[in-house]
Order: sequence, then C-alpha cells, then structure tokens
Amino acid sequence: MTITEDRASETPAAEIGKARTRKEDQRLITGRTRWTDNIQLPGMLHLAMVRSPFAHATISAISVDEAKGAPGVIAVFTGEDLKDIQGVNITAWPISADQKTPDHLPVAVSHVAHAGEIVAVVAARSSAEARDAAELVDVDYDELPAVLDLKEAAKDEVLAHPDLGTNKSAFWQLDSAGQGSGGDVDEAIAKARDGGIVIEREYRQQRLIPAFMEPRSTVVDPTGEQVTMWSATQVPHVLRFCIAATTGLPESKIRVIAPDVGGGFGGKLQTTPEEFATLAVARKLGKPCKFTETRSETMVSGHHGRDQWQKLTLAAEKDGTVTGLKVELMADLGAYAAIVGGGVPVLGAWMFNSIYKFGAYQFNTTNYYTNKTWVDAYRGAGRPEATYAIERLMDELAVEVGVDPLEIREKNWIKHDEFPFTTVAGMTYDSGNYEAATAKAKELFGYDELRAEQKQRRESNDPVQLGLGVSTFTEMCGLAPSRILGALSYGAGGWESASIRMLATGTVEVVTGTSPHGQGHETAWSQIVADRLGVPFENVEVLHGDTQIAPKGMDSYGSRSLVVGGEAVLRAADKVIEKAKPIAAHLLEASVDDVEFKAGTFGVKGTDKGVTISEVALATWTGHNLPDGIEPTIDADATFDPDNFSFPHGTHLCAMEVDTETGATKMRKYVCVDDIGTIINPLIVEGQVHGGLVQGIAQALWEGAEYDDQGTLVTGSFVDYTLPTSADTISFITDHTTSPSTYNTLGTKGVGEAGTIASTPAVVNAIVDAVRHLGVNDIVMPCTPERVWKAIQAGSPVNTEGERDAAPHFDEGAPNQDPASGASEGSGQ
Amino acid sequence: MTRINVTVDGVRYSDEVEPRTLLVQYLREGLGKTGTVVGCDTSNCGACTVHLDGTSVKSCNVLAVQADGHEVTTIEGLATDGELHPVQRAFHETHALQCGYCTPGMIMQACDLLKENADPSEQEIREGLEGNLCRCTGYHNIVKAVQQAAKDLSSQAVGS
Repeated sequence: MTITEDRASETPAAEIGKARTRKEDQRLITGRTRWTDNIQLPGMLHLAMVRSPFAHATISAISVDEAKGAPGVIAVFTGEDLKDIQGVNITAWPISADQKTPDHLPVAVSHVAHAGEIVAVVAARSSAEARDAAELVDVDYDELPAVLDLKEAAKDEVLAHPDLGTNKSAFWQLDSAGQGSGGDVDEAIAKARDGGIVIEREYRQQRLIPAFMEPRSTVVDPTGEQVTMWSATQVPHVLRFCIAATTGLPESKIRVIAPDVGGGFGGKLQTTPEEFATLAVARKLGKPCKFTETRSETMVSGHHGRDQWQKLTLAAEKDGTVTGLKVELMADLGAYAAIVGGGVPVLGAWMFNSIYKFGAYQFNTTNYYTNKTWVDAYRGAGRPEATYAIERLMDELAVEVGVDPLEIREKNWIKHDEFPFTTVAGMTYDSGNYEAATAKAKELFGYDELRAEQKQRRESNDPVQLGLGVSTFTEMCGLAPSRILGALSYGAGGWESASIRMLATGTVEVVTGTSPHGQGHETAWSQIVADRLGVPFENVEVLHGDTQIAPKGMDSYGSRSLVVGGEAVLRAADKVIEKAKPIAAHLLEASVDDVEFKAGTFGVKGTDKGVTISEVALATWTGHNLPDGIEPTIDADATFDPDNFSFPHGTHLCAMEVDTETGATKMRKYVCVDDIGTIINPLIVEGQVHGGLVQGIAQALWEGAEYDDQGTLVTGSFVDYTLPTSADTISFITDHTTSPSTYNTLGTKGVGEAGTIASTPAVVNAIVDAVRHLGVNDIVMPCTPERVWKAIQAGSPVNTEGERDAAPHFDEGAPNQDPASGASEGSGQ
Repeated sequence: MTRINVTVDGVRYSDEVEPRTLLVQYLREGLGKTGTVVGCDTSNCGACTVHLDGTSVKSCNVLAVQADGHEVTTIEGLATDGELHPVQRAFHETHALQCGYCTPGMIMQACDLLKENADPSEQEIREGLEGNLCRCTGYHNIVKAVQQAAKDLSSQAVGS
C-alpha cells in the first residue's frame, strides 16, 4: 500500500451531497439577528414618507409648515428640496433602442404616476413622531385621468405619462426564421389550419406581490468618510452602482451593506425610491437616518410581479406533433420601468417552446405603462409566465388529439440522447432526461391509480371530481453570460466573484459576491470549500453582503448564486491550491512536479511526506521560509463568467379535488421530480423546492393584486392579499433525477425558482382536468371557488379578472376558437 | 407617559411608556429585544409572537401597558442555560427556516401549540400555525419540525 492510498483512506466524507444543517440557523432561531430595522446609531433620525393617494396627478403645492412644527420633527423635505442630490431610479434593461422610459424620481417633484408614490419625507426623533407629522403635510394635487387596465393602456386614450405621448414602452421580438434557429411560424400555422390542429388561447398572468416577510428598511450613516447604507436588499452591489451613477456620489465614497435580509423572491431585486430618499435626507441633515416601511407601504410601493396577457397560437400536425408556436404578450410595467422591468417578459422569450421540438417559433412582447405600482422580477421572472402558457397549451393539445397529457408531451419533448440540443428559440440545453424524471414522478404519484379513480368519479357522477395536472417544465437560470446580456442591451454583466483568504490559524474566509437572504450560502459554500481545500466544514467562514468586505459582486437573483457564484468560489479554491503548491514543495524540499494535493494535504509522490494546506498558510503568513521571489500569499480571487445559462427541469404532478357544487378546490397530492444536476446540500434543495412550490401554487389558487377603478390597491395588506397559510397547504413528495450540467465544474443547476415556475400550470391543469367534462377549458387565476363555480355554471371558461372584462383577442369565426373564449361575460358590456 | 413593570426573559424592567406604545415596540425599541420582529401592520403575519404569562400573543396586538405586571418571554429567552428549546432544535434540524424572519414568531407559536396539544396531528399543527405566515419554506418543514419537537418533548417528559 502506498502512502498516497493511505492518505486517500483518511479522506473525510465528501461534504458535497451531504444534508448539512445550516450554519445560519443558530442566530436566527435564538433571535440574535441583524435585520436593518434593528440598527440604532447615535443621533439617528427616523423617516416617514408622505405618499400620493392618487394614481395620477400633478402636484400644485405642498405645505410643510404644520408638519415642521410637530413634536420631534427635525425637517421635512419635498421633491423640490431634494431634486439636486436624490438621484433617479434607473432601469438597467432598455429592451429596444427606442424604448420610452419615464424618469422615476425617488421623491416626486411635480407629477405622480401611481398611488403610493413618495411626495415628501419627514425626519423626526422617533418613527412614531415622523408618522404623526407625515399626516400633517398638506399636498394639493390636480388629479389626472388614470389608465389602469393593460388593454385600455394599449389604446393610448388615457396616458400614464402624458409627456411620453404613448403608453407603449417598447416592443421586442424573437423570430426563429429571422435568426435562423427554425422555420417561419406563420407558415406553420397556415399549414396547420389546413388539416392540422391549431390551438388559440388567451391566458392571463395576474399581478402578484412578492410579499417577502421582512418589510424593506434602509439606514444611512453619512458621518464617515464613506457614506454607509444598510438596506434590506438582494442587490447591495447593484445598489451601490446605481447610487454612484445617479447621485453624484463617487462610487468609492459609498459602502452598501445588506445585513440579515428577510426574503426577497425578486422583490428586493430593486433600487428603491425609499433607499434614495433616505440617502438624500441623511446627506442633507448630516445625521444617520432610518426608514422602515409598514407592510401597507410594501404592498403599494415595493414592485409587483407578472401582469401579462398572453395571446398564444400553437400549430400541430393531426397526430399531435407540434410544428409552430406564436406568442404575443402584452406586459404591464406599471408606472415606471424598474431595474429589470421591461426585460422581465423578455426573459420568457426562450422558454415558451420549453422542452418541445417546435419547428417554428415567434415571441413578441409589447410593454405598456399604466398608473399602477411598478412591476419587476418576482420568483421566476418571465419563465413562470412562459411555462404556464405552454403547459396549459400542451394539455389543450392532448384533449384535441384525444390522448393523455403525458403522452402528448412525450411525443414532442427532446429525448435524453438528443442533448446537447439547440432549441427553436436558439438556446442550447446542455443536459436533461425528461423520460427519467417523468417515470419517477408517475410512480411516486400513483398516476395510473389516480386516473382510474378519476374515471370512477366521472362515471358515478361524484359531486367531488378529481383532476390530474401535469407540468413538465424546464427553465433557464444562472444569470448570466455577460456577452448575451450585452447583446440584449442589459446594463451590466452576469459574472460573479469570490475570494478565499487562508488565515494563519487554520480557518478560511470565503468572500462571495452573491448576497443571500435565506438561501443558505454560508452552509453550501462551506461545503464546496471544505471539499476542495480539504479543510473542516466548521473552519470555513463565508462573508458576503458588504461592499467593503466583498467589493465585487452581482448579487443574488435568477437562481444564479450557486451556478455562477459557487463556481467562482470553487475556482478561487483551485487558485489557492495552485499558489500554495510551490510553497508546499519548498517546505517539503521536493520538486513542484512531485507534489500532489489531496484531501487538504500536499504530499510528495511515493513518500509519506506531507504538509497540510493550513500549515502552508501559516508558513506563508510568517514568511520565514518561502521560495525565492515568491509573493507571500496563497489567498486568491476568482471571477467567473458563465458560457451559458443553466437548464434545470422536472416533472410535476398535481391531483386536485373540485367540489362541483361549490367550486371549492382541495389539493390531494403533489409530486415533483426535479433534475437540478449535482446537489450540494439536499436539505437546502428540498427547502427551496417546497417554498417555490407554494409560491407557484399560490398564484394558481389564491393571490392576485387588485385595484379599484380609482387606482387604489385594494389588496393592500395581508388581510386582502391572501398569502397561503400552513392550513391551506399540504406536505409534498419531492425527489430528483440527476443530469449534471456541463457548463460548470460541479455540474450544478439552479433550483431557487424551479418550484414556482413549474407548479402553477400543474395546479390549474388539474382543476381544468377535473371539470373539463362539464365544458370548462380555462379558469382565470387565481382559481377561487367563485371562479371555478362560475366556470362550471357557464360550462365554458370564465375569462374575466376581478370586475374587469377581457376583450376577445381573436377574430370571431377563426378555426379552433373556443366560442365562449373571452366573450363569456364581458365583450358586450 | 405611564409606568409599567414587566418581566421580560427573566429580567424585571420598570419603564415609562407612551400609552399607545405597542408591546412589540417596547420590546424592540425600549429593551433592544430585536429578536422579535414586525412583519405586517394588520396582525396577520404573527412574526411578532411572544408569550405573555406563558401563552402566545401577537405583540403588535398588545399594548405595552397591558403587559404591566406580567411576564413576557421572547425568542431570546426561550433557550435555557445555553441549551436550545426542543422546538428551536427541531427547526434547525429539519431545515424549517430559510430567511428566518418569521422564525421567532413561528417557534413561539409552535411552543404554545405543543403546550395545548402534546401530540398533534399534521392537520392540527397546520391549523395551530395558521396565524403565522412564512414565505420561504412552504410550511412543509415547519410541520415536520413541530412533529419532531412533539416527539422530543414527550420523550423528555417520559424521561423526567
């Protein structure tokens, strides 16, 4: 037995793949937390925002005298007072050269475009005094007509921003014929109209509210050489850039810290008016200032998600082989183009074709402004919308052909031996196995038994019908290759950065540019580094979320942290090993070529001599005995820019019981088998899947942001915006298949958004499946008992949302058109 | 201002408070007990849940003056002698928290639930936690945590 083998036998069990409980938990379960609102600084002032009650108005006068005289008040600022230093909330993604983008001032100066916009800021000694005084600020508004409905906005009869002359922000197209990745979609549709199958549908993606549990909070301390901002943000680095780009403060004079951050889901992927207003007031007063929003403020001012109308045309041959897909979206941006903003629908452009082998494809989105809260990324951002559309359509196609929904999918999906596969949208999927995931999911679900029960309930005319919903999803995540972002006119890169510092006493600091807010990076990154460097898991400390500690980063969103940021960490670890190797060779008095690194130890081939990486770190720190001319450090940095996106996939199966007498629905069973490549920590992965599932299920069943005809958000608190509770949900059956990604070293794929992307259509497909025999082929989300009941009564889809009606998108008399589609309740009114 | 005498996490405090001060504000701003957090303004989310004389209350829904003469336990006072409470331990072991913002309230409510019902069914757990919102976990592992804590507590009871 050789020495090398001896060492190998001492190799600690691999950390990667181990269900490690989280390092983060100890503080969080004992209340030893650092939320932004916990921060107290000497002399700190508290801010309250005065917000417009009107959806659309000009400001004619603001009287602040009474507020200034109120107890505890130090100052009151209007937009006019702050306009020279407050900066502007910019969009990073103008999707077309001629995009219309209204200026978004943190504190409005003369014009407000949605209810909840800030018009003045009160600074007082306590938050209660600030809020009291905010009530005393007297604002004269001249109310303007507001445009609230997306389809109304498209008519340009009432303008959200009269100065722009139109509500249309931009148009963006991906055409497979034009870019050479497929055929002409109109030809495919025309061909299908002649003897094939054409499915035409219009689906609504209702407006959602991210509803992270920690309300947003910002503290600014202007008293240091750098202005320090703590904020409940997913994007401290992006925030620092945007402050520097728009306020005149040099980037080097700004430090942004994201301390403990209580959830985000895209909702804290923003640079907010509140952050900029707090900064401006703190700079004006020269005192630390804090603003923490109430939940009602979160609802009306934090960005919303989704909000699309989707006009879809799917062409297929008579046997169900798909040939073409045309997507025409209308997207509501709300009042302003947010940081990703108009790019969110574009992120769906490559995903409507999903896992299916369409010959021709075209994606179009037209983005509009309305006088509602701005819209931006919410868990999935563009891909849930796409997945919903295609997975609903595939069910419709299955009905048209008369086969099981799984059969129609299998007929059309990419086979496991066809990877890598370049899709009709032009994306190259590196790996996957849809057959394996589906087979496993079917078995765990008891698919055939549930189909038999469904049949039996149909035949016995059971008042409670059973429906089975399928969603065989994929998505693209791991944002993003910088060159692709550049080609799409996105304002930044998609790389991620990491540093590893080998401390003299044997512990390791890992600095990551990602900014976790619940995902468990401290644990997962420790596992990666412990394996790579052969150091104990406990000895690794992961640092993040402070631009002074982690100066380079692109933060956390788009399921990018592991696949991009984790790879950067791994590459930094490899560089540490490379830098340590000549020092180890020197210490071992061996040639570098004879030194090999295994399980934390540099050994000399064929001998039992070895030195651990921690010993090399100590020797490097003392610097007493190093090779001539060598730099005395083994610390290393790495920045990783991915070549491609990450393409997780999975098969989700949902069984819903529908009471046909009341419209009540009940989830009976939910199974998902996700393929997210190599799993670093199965415990964390399960958590991401569970949480993602419930957010997607919530879109299907419960959530929706509703406005009244004055433009007031009526779902403006947790009383009316109905988040699911533990009593609404069930326990899930989750499992995995593994097709490692070929785009990163560890073979990982993103998991943060997968559950949300996949689950919404699975649930709606199940409900529709339960009542299809009653003449229903669509129910608008959220599928409340009232809507389900109405759909059953109508024997046709109820295509209305709230009190507003859907105008038909399609010409009457066109083939395959559902006669009641869109016209069921509304077109004549 | 009104004087109140409150015991919080085993320490007696005597303070002047504005009568309108909520218990959660008193805990956070007055005593620096920032482990207890605020998640909404309509008493829907339960993030601020503490125990008042051993029973869970949403501390945004109680005035500080109502706690006068009473005993409050927050998440910060749940562990004893450096030993985690079985519910805290179960939350950690079953990965029942992600961002951790709802966690203090969720744990305090779970303790109360188990005090009322030492051997709850899954449905009873789900209904018992209905007043506490979590956006990260989908509740799946929170239910598991409470089930595990119930087992641990009952074996502790048998052992003692």
